[in-house]
Amino acid sequence: MIRFDGATKRYPDGTVAVDELSLEAPSGQITVLVGPSGCGKTTSLRMINRMIEPTSGTIWLDDTDTASLPAHELRRQIGYVIQNAGLFPHRTIVDNVATVPLLLGEDKTKARARAMELIERVGLDPAFAKRYPAQLSGGQQQRVGVARALAADPPVMLMDEPFSAVDPVVREQLQEEFLRLQNDLGKTIVFVTHDIDEAIKLGDQVAVLRVGGKLAQLAAPADLLARPVDAFVAGFVGRDRGYRALGFTGAGTIDTHQEPSVAVGAAYPGHGAGIDGWILAVDADGKPQGWLPTGEEQRGDVVTDAMLYRGGTLAAQGGSLRAVLDACLSSPSGRGVVVDDSGRLVGSVTAREVLDLIEKRG
Amino acid sequence: MLTLLDSASSSPWYFFGYFLDHRATDLGWLWDHTWLSVVPVVVGLLLALPLGWLARRYSWAYPPMMSITGLLYTIPSIALFVLIPPLLGLDPLTPLQVPIALSIYSTSLLVRVVADGLGAVPTETVQAATALGYRPLARFFRVELPIAVPVITAGLRVAVVANVSIVAVAGTIGLDNLGRLFDQGYTLSVTEPYYPPIVLGIVMCVLLALVLDAIVLLVDRALTPWRRAVRSR
Ligand SMILES: Nc1ncnc2c1ncn2[C@@H]1O[C@H](COP(=O)(O)OP(=O)(O)O)[C@@H](O)[C@H]1O
Ligand SMILES: [Mg+2]
Repeated sequence: MIRFDGATKRYPDGTVAVDELSLEAPSGQITVLVGPSGCGKTTSLRMINRMIEPTSGTIWLDDTDTASLPAHELRRQIGYVIQNAGLFPHRTIVDNVATVPLLLGEDKTKARARAMELIERVGLDPAFAKRYPAQLSGGQQQRVGVARALAADPPVMLMDEPFSAVDPVVREQLQEEFLRLQNDLGKTIVFVTHDIDEAIKLGDQVAVLRVGGKLAQLAAPADLLARPVDAFVAGFVGRDRGYRALGFTGAGTIDTHQEPSVAVGAAYPGHGAGIDGWILAVDADGKPQGWLPTGEEQRGDVVTDAMLYRGGTLAAQGGSLRAVLDACLSSPSGRGVVVDDSGRLVGSVTAREVLDLIEKRG
Repeated sequence: MLTLLDSASSSPWYFFGYFLDHRATDLGWLWDHTWLSVVPVVVGLLLALPLGWLARRYSWAYPPMMSITGLLYTIPSIALFVLIPPLLGLDPLTPLQVPIALSIYSTSLLVRVVADGLGAVPTETVQAATALGYRPLARFFRVELPIAVPVITAGLRVAVVANVSIVAVAGTIGLDNLGRLFDQGYTLSVTEPYYPPIVLGIVMCVLLALVLDAIVLLVDRALTPWRRAVRSR
């Protein structure tokens, strides 16, 4: 547990970056600090490991006043990940990751073995171990940054916009893997971002800060979307928050219709096959691949990949209403495809049915 | 007959013969020249490391430090060679005035180099090192300094080559090193020009500079395998 108790930071030039912040980041959970640029997120985060000393107030790490420890000892029990990773360019990946265990006096062989374990854990090819940071892509470097922060198995992790500098596709991957990792590890994490979507996706609780370093609202993501406390939070949380809030509503036992399908490589289905001029194409395992129009003239003897419309997203059974609705809205046939855990076709629903369900649940 | 031999041995190309004729002396001077060029760079680096660090750590110290070191570098070497013994109470012909003067030059040059090298270390890297729990001294030697090596070795190459040429100046006021060859050439040219010792001096200085430069380059390569890994991507 990390607890801010009236923490204030006034810089020498008079800027009050954080003002009387009181906030608790519970053990084993992700607490996200979010807010516009310059609202004091980085300052708050760095006060935890004392890279910035608070002007007044106290920050507790469990029952320890962080000010009572030598700063370097405090920092060695707190993992830290920054934007652009901040890797040591002169050290190989494995030695970057082994940094903190070595600082803690672990012997080299052991520290390296532990580092190798983590390199794989964060989804990197072990062959990268001997390379230098500049030989890796931004996303790969960021993974190394996470591995390095985890190397000494610290109970607490601080992350300052760790995924902001990579492209959106890689960012999404990193976020997913981060959540998976956290599921296994259960660290106490304080995560800083300026991106409300990221905050809502990753946070168990989200603290919205306003410029001047004041806490505007602390809430679970779904509550934040449903009940912003004031105009600032409402504006920051964004316009399509109703739609995004659906991301927190499980689809539950939504009834699906059986969806006719044709296998890729099979004979081209007859004119008008499927429903309303569309038939779903699946692969040999029954995994949906795309939609085939059947209202037009036949375009070949067999169904090939090249004929398919792939615009539709797939919703996982038991996923969120947002995913199901998105599957409907993005599908050329208007029918959202629902798949099971292994990606096989379960059936389909329409947007109308999803909306009815939303209304019924009120 | 005699004139013919004379003209052959006064040809500039006779420098190698001249070297063979005075091998022991010339090699002694080469050795003097070598340590006089190298030791001040080592001393200069050792002094420049803390000074350069200070210039970075306290940003107000950077401008005055750069002005002072810049000024020191502009003092003519011959003036320093002459002034140092009385100023420090040394024997006028002590060979120490040369390494002392050159250490001043090397330090002046390298303070800026070290400060700029440390300044080129990415802020994120330094912050990451702090956040992971490095104490300031360990962070300096294990993170900042290694990353600054390429900039620093580039400065060392300039310093060592500059020293080879400045040391020679001290030879012309009678202190032992390859500069003595120019002094000899001058003395032997009273009636007519006599080039071999002068050419020999130039050749040996250039070779020495090339060899020392190559050594610094090799040290640089040994210390920075990470830079080549980047290039071979
Ligand atoms: N070293 C500093 N000196 C003076 N002001 C600073 C310093 N660091 C940050 N600030 C100011 O404090 C405020 C908060 O900064 P920061 O915590 O970096 O915000 P964020 O991470 O939310 O963008 C900003 O107004 C910033 O300009
Ligand atoms: Mg910031």
